[in-house]
This record gives sequence, C-alpha cells and structure tokens, in this order.
Amino acid sequence: MKLNELTIKEAVEGLKGKKFSSVEITQACLDQIEKHNSEINAFIAVNEHALDEARRADEIRESDSNSPLLGVPIALKDIYMTKGLRTTAASKVLENYIPQYDATVVRKLKDAGAVILGKLNHDAWAHGASGENSDFGPTKNPWNTDYVPGGSSSGSAAAVALNMTIAASGTDTGGSIRQPASFTNTVGLKPTYGLVSRYGIIAMASSLDSIGHLTKTVEDCAIYLNVTAGNDPMDATITKNRIPNYLEDLNKGVGGIKIGMPKEYLGSGLDPRIKENIEKVIKKFGELGAEMVEISLPHTEYGLACYYIIQPAEVSSNLARYDGIRYGYDRSYFGDEAVRRIILGTFTLSSGYYEAYYKKAMQVRTLIRQDFEKAFEKVDAIISPVSPTPPWKLGEKVDDPLKMYLSDAYTVIANLAGIPGLAVPSGFIQHQTFGAGFIGDLPRSDRGLPTGFQILGPQFSEKLLFRIGHAFEQTQERRICEI
Amino acid sequence: MKYKPVIGLETHIELKTKSKMFCACSADYSGREPNTHVCPVCLGLPGTLPIPNKTAIEWCIKIALSLNCNVSNISKFDRKNYFYPDLPKGYQISQYDEPFGLAGWIQLKDKRIRIRRVHMEEDTAKLTHQFGTQNSKLKTQNFSLIDFNRSGVPLVEIVTEPDFENAGEVTEYLQKLQQIVRYLDVSNADMEKGDMRLEPNISLAVSEQGLAVGNKSQQPKAKSQLPPYKVEVKNINSFRFVAKAIEEEIVRQSEILDKGETPLQETRGWDENKNTTVSQRTKEEAHDYRYFPEPDIPPIRFADSQISNIKSQIPELPDSKRERFVREYAIPVYDAEILVRERSDADYFEQTVKDGKKHNLTPKQVANYIINKKPNIEKTVPAELVELILVTQETKELDKEELEHAIELVLEENPKAVEDYKKGKTQVLGFLIGKVRTLLPPNSSSEGIRELIEQSLK
Repeated sequence: MKLNELTIKEAVEGLKGKKFSSVEITQACLDQIEKHNSEINAFIAVNEHALDEARRADEIRESDSNSPLLGVPIALKDIYMTKGLRTTAASKVLENYIPQYDATVVRKLKDAGAVILGKLNHDAWAHGASGENSDFGPTKNPWNTDYVPGGSSSGSAAAVALNMTIAASGTDTGGSIRQPASFTNTVGLKPTYGLVSRYGIIAMASSLDSIGHLTKTVEDCAIYLNVTAGNDPMDATITKNRIPNYLEDLNKGVGGIKIGMPKEYLGSGLDPRIKENIEKVIKKFGELGAEMVEISLPHTEYGLACYYIIQPAEVSSNLARYDGIRYGYDRSYFGDEAVRRIILGTFTLSSGYYEAYYKKAMQVRTLIRQDFEKAFEKVDAIISPVSPTPPWKLGEKVDDPLKMYLSDAYTVIANLAGIPGLAVPSGFIQHQTFGAGFIGDLPRSDRGLPTGFQILGPQFSEKLLFRIGHAFEQTQERRICEI
Repeated sequence: MKYKPVIGLETHIELKTKSKMFCACSADYSGREPNTHVCPVCLGLPGTLPIPNKTAIEWCIKIALSLNCNVSNISKFDRKNYFYPDLPKGYQISQYDEPFGLAGWIQLKDKRIRIRRVHMEEDTAKLTHQFGTQNSKLKTQNFSLIDFNRSGVPLVEIVTEPDFENAGEVTEYLQKLQQIVRYLDVSNADMEKGDMRLEPNISLAVSEQGLAVGNKSQQPKAKSQLPPYKVEVKNINSFRFVAKAIEEEIVRQSEILDKGETPLQETRGWDENKNTTVSQRTKEEAHDYRYFPEPDIPPIRFADSQISNIKSQIPELPDSKRERFVREYAIPVYDAEILVRERSDADYFEQTVKDGKKHNLTPKQVANYIINKKPNIEKTVPAELVELILVTQETKELDKEELEHAIELVLEENPKAVEDYKKGKTQVLGFLIGKVRTLLPPNSSSEGIRELIEQSLK
C-alpha cells in the first residue's frame, strides 16, 4: 500500500514503529496532489512549508511520541483561518487574505502534531451542495470526473477519496460534510452543535455551523474528534461537558442497540437506487443484532423551508463585514449564490417580514428539535439516507438553485436540531444509462458512484455513532480510488 | 405657549470595565496610540466570535436596578445590522426585545421620569475625518481614519419615555443619572471624554390652550396622543448642548407648526459652531436594523439569588443619602444636596462628622466648612479637617467681640471716612476694612468684616 493511502490509525502506528517517516508520508501526499490536482481541483493552495513541518515532526518524534497526530498530514477546508497562510473562503472577495491568527481547531491540530498539507476548495463561503460555486473552479468527483463530489466541502471529500491527504477538515451547516462524504465513499462527521469550536472558521450561518471532518474510516473520524472536541474560551456556544475518549466503545458492536428508521425519510422524492441501498443497510444492521424500529419525525417536511429561512438570514448578517474597507475586495466580488442568500436573508429579516419568516422558522425549528427528543426516548440512534439522489453531473443543477437546495432535504434536519450526524459509505450504485447510450461511452461507469447513509443520535452521542458506524464499516470492503 | 413639548432621551454610557465587551482587550482607550488596543475579535476579522464580559453585564444590571427597573431572569443579545465604516462586523451586538432592564424611573424634584429600558451593547470604532486643504500635500484627497481602540468598549443605553416637557427637566435628569452611575462606580461619566452621549427626541403636541385657539374638531386630544412625528438629535456630548438643542428644536418646530405644516420625521445633528440642529437623515432614509437574536451568544440566565446579590452591592444612592443626611445630621436640604453630589464628598463629610463629635463639632459646622472652603479631600484626612475647623471656630469666637471692638475704634478714629461713606462714597469701605484688619490677629479671616462695618454705619 502506498503511504498516501494510509488511514490516520495506520499512519500513527507506522510512524511510532518507525516504519516510515512523516516526510515520506507527506511527500507521498504531495506527489498525489501534484499528479491529480490539476484535474480534480481539490486544493486551492498547497502549504509550501508542509515538508518542513513533516521534518520537524520527525525530529520531535525522537523525544515525544504522545501527540496523537504527530507527523500525520491533513488538509483544511479553506475557510479555516491559518495564520500566515492565505485563506480565501473560495471567494474572490478574500483572494489575497492572509489571516492574523489560527482557528482554535487549527491550533489544536497543530498542537497534536498534524502536518498541514494545504487549503481545500469548496463552494464559496460554504454555499452549495456540489462544489461548483467555488470562485476557484469546481472540484471533480475522483470516482468519476464527470460528476460532482458534493458540497460544500467538495475539496475535502475529493482529497480524502483520492488519497491526496490522510484526512481533511470540513464544515457542515446543512449537510456540507455528510453529503460530499456520501458522494465520495468517505466518512464524514457533523458533530453536535457546540462540541467543536467555531472560533476562527469563517461563519456561514452561526446557529447551524458545525465543525467536522472527513476521513477514510470511522475509527479515524473518532481519532480526529478526540483532538478537536471540547472547551474553548473563545467560543461562547461551546459545551463545558467533559469530553470522552471517542474510541472507547468503537468495537462494542450494535447488539441490543435500538435504531430508528424515520418513515418520512423513505417517501417520495427519494431516488429508488438510494432507497434500495438504505434498505440493504437496514437489513445489515438487523443481521448485526441491532433492533430496528420504525419511528416518525413528523416535522421533517418543514425542515428544508425552515432551513432556507434561518440560514440565509444569518448569512446576510455574517457576510456584512466583507465590505472591502479593512481587508479583501469589495462586495461586487461576491458570486451569484452569496448574493442570492444575502438578498433572501435581508428580506426575511426586514421589519414587517421578520415575524412571518424568521420568527416562524425558529418556532418550526423548536418543533423539529422536539421531534428528535421524542424519537430518542424510543431509540438510541436513527439512520437515514444522506442525499435523496446519487451524485449528479457537473453543470446539471447549476442553473436551478431550488433543485440544488432540495438535495439538502435529509441533512439540514440535524443542523436545525443541533444533533450529531455521521455519514458512512454504504457501497456503490450504478448510473442510470440514458436512452441508447453505450456503456463504453462511460469509461468509469462500471465502477458505479459511491453512496452513503447517515447515523443521527442525541446531542453529544458521537461515541455511540462511531460504534454503530464502525460495526457497519466492518461488513464493507475498503475500496481505493484510482484514476 | 401653543405647543406642549414632548421630549424623550436616549443616553449612552460607557462603562469603565478593565476589558472590552466581547474580547480581552483593554477598554481604556483614552489618549492611547490609535489601534493599539485591538485584537481579531474587536477588529471583526473573519472567523472571530464574541465572549460576553460578565462584569459589564453585572454593571448594566446594577444600573438597571438603581433606576428601579425590572430585571428578568432571562435575557439575550441581538444583532443590529447596519453598514458604517466604524462598525467592523457590519452589525452591532446589542439587545432588542429582552433588555436587561425594563420599566424603571428616576424621580426629579417635581415629577417622575419613566425609564423604558436599559440595555447593553458595544461601542463602535472612532472615525476621524481629514479634509485635505489647499496647503496640504493631500489637497485633493479627503479621507477618514479609523481607530479601533474604542471598538467593542461596553456601552449601556438608557431610554426614557417621552416624559420631559422642557430642557430644564432633561438637565436635571441627566445630572441625576450622572450622579447615580458615578455612585455605582461603573463609569466615569465624563462628558468631555465621550463617556456619556445624549440623543434627545423632540416633538410638539398641540397643547390644551392651543386647542382653544385652533379648530377644536380637527385637533387630536393633546394629552393622550403623541405627535405624529419625532425629531431625534444625535450624539450630543454636553448637557448644555442638549438643553440648547431642545430649545432650538422647540423654536424651529413651532415655526413649522405655526404655518400649519408638520415637521419632518428625521434625525438631526447638533452643529456646535452654528448653535443649531441640522438635518442628517429623513424617515425615508431611516435604517431597518434587521434585528435577530445573536447566535454566537447563548441566552443569559440569572437566578433570583444572582440578581439579589447584584442588588446588595448597590451603595446608598444620592437621593436616599440626601434624605438621610437631612434626617440624621439636621442639616438643610440645600447643604445635603451639595454634599451628596459626589460620593467621595459625602463619605468625607460623614467621617469628619464622626471624628468631630468628640470635639463637639456639629454636622452643620462641618457641612459649612466643606461647602464654603472646599478642602482638598485627597490631601486632608477627616481628622485633620476637624483640627482645621476647630481652629477657625476658635478664632471666629474670639473675632466676634474683638471685631466689634476694632470696628468701633476705627470708626471713631476716621470721622471723615464715615462722613464720606454716608454721602455715598461707598469705596471708602475698603479703606475702613483695611484699618480694621490691622487691629486683628494676623491669621484671622476677613469674613463678615464688611457686613459688620456696613451695619455699624447704618
């Protein structure tokens, strides 16, 4: 196996056992980036000091081997502030912005010894579900470059899927980690709101933003969360709870665990291939000894409408500071999607409309939260599809924002409720062949496109989600993406 | 007067906490090098988040309680969205519908002014506008400088109901408010440094006398209805200018109403040089602040015990102190009022009274001395002051007899001067006073000499 294909766990073990050096893994990742980035466009910038950092990690290794990520190369979505390293939010507005400080999570990752490979592409300001809203060009799905990798954490998903990095950070405001993870055969975690610090990460919609990551395995996801979770004096919304060791219950299996299936999630609008896939997942959990229970989340149908009121409202306020007076370029540099959300949000917050829109949406949000509270009285966790459809072709939905928004239907609910969601790969599904098209015209079609499902749990139940996800993952074969 | 002024007031008070409202930067910006008390948070850099200052919130509640407000167990911050170059986030963190304090009052001599709300917010940065002159190198360029040292300094806003009817009441209210926050030791309330900023809103209602003159059937009931417009005068930094602005507005609006027109609903500024208000913004250009709950700060909850704990830290305030002084020390209300203006003076007075007791000094004697002689209370400890008062008391008692005797002597010895005085040449009085003084001990005060001579010459 090539070094860039390692998981975090394998990398840490190998580094500890001196089987290879951080410089070697880092070089392998950089080579892979060099080889494929021009086509995939996952990275906006590569950190030119990455090898120096790896060298330093190898030196430190001589005296300290307790740092959990020492020498492990990772990459960051380009809305994480990195001191001295350009951070663009994938927007022309911040094309030349060099941050003065590190985000709390970046500092925690650095303290844990991680090597920063570079900054990853995404939909500008994290607005989008396909990666196509980036001002630095769209990212392509490495499993089939005609297709989108999902978004907004498009570069994170593509880079992890194609082994350009060992793991990557992301942000999830309405599905921006889970959906691209499910489109690229990677594992994505949206943590509980308030578990991981938002300080130093460009805000999209502050009451919904969750700071998570994408990895190659569920276990890696837990290792990474062990580093990023927990108290931060710079974020007033962070939990004061004691942070557990997220690896603790990983191998306990799902025997006796009650898993709910919301009946509303398998209704109309769901692509039959996704439905078929999720039914297989349900069956598998049954075989693993979990107790599958049908539940109801009656307010799900209002989730999307509620989300597309609250989110643009907060976006309109959060983007106000980018006026070009102190840093960055002026407002004429905002792309269409940002402008769309600024206008929507400004409208719904305007006097005379606030009660009808924002306030009402906040009330619906409470109902959605209560749906989950009731559900979690009956079950330990819930599983559902991530995206109602498989990945779509680049350009397919660019001109239809509403269609693009609909792809968030299953994911926004967790953000509205503030609960954690873990996206786990559940295999590959075949393309639809259109009309008289020849299979031979679709060079990678025989490989199919990845899909995944999500596990939702009560607030701060990440340990349980990892346990359930890991149990399922053990039944699957890991596939290496090759171009 | 045909019109009854309806005046309300918004007052911003800057707190003197050590650190800013939402970050750890020093809040003491006065006289500092521009942009030295700044960090990513108060510069509004991408990704930053606010951490509320607990002390500032407690002080805000202290003010609210001192103004007899209701303080509820739950409150929150909101975002007030608007664009201005001194506002780096594009919104100000303030409080909208759940302020820390609601429905209080301040008692003036003759009336009670209702307080609508007391809320907490952050200050903006400070803009300095530079205009290039003919001589300057920058003759074609006008530019503005931004100093972020003030950005994020805690501000408390106090809003009254439109209960004032004239500038005098507003001044009285402001003096009381200033005394209270100084007593609480939460702000220097120094007008010159901009610690207190004032925004009166003024409109004129047609008064009942006016009704009698005007067309009865068309006029609304003046007492129950507010005028259909309101003029706000922004950011005034002296009590005197507020009074002037109010008086100016009353004149200006009266003239418009006299013509049968309604003044525009607008925001005006006070022009110090022209001594008048000038239009800044009309109703059409009014901001829609798009308030919504600040998602970065969870709602603030207070247990009853926390509120009563804050309440217990409130010192005796000027009004009750004045009443107590009158009651306890039997001094005139006038004296008490002067003594309680500053808490330090009041404390000094009480300590001196206490120390003077064993020397049989009366509180009135102490009050007289402090009010008339204005001793430097930082340099003279109360015990020393007691000594000083005793010395003057002694000399004074001596003086009384000696003085009368000396005057008698001088008048006898200077019949010409006496005659001149009686003819109306009052300037000879100075000569006579001088003569009297030569007969008195060198350190005795000249207080009362003039009066006594005048009495003797009647």
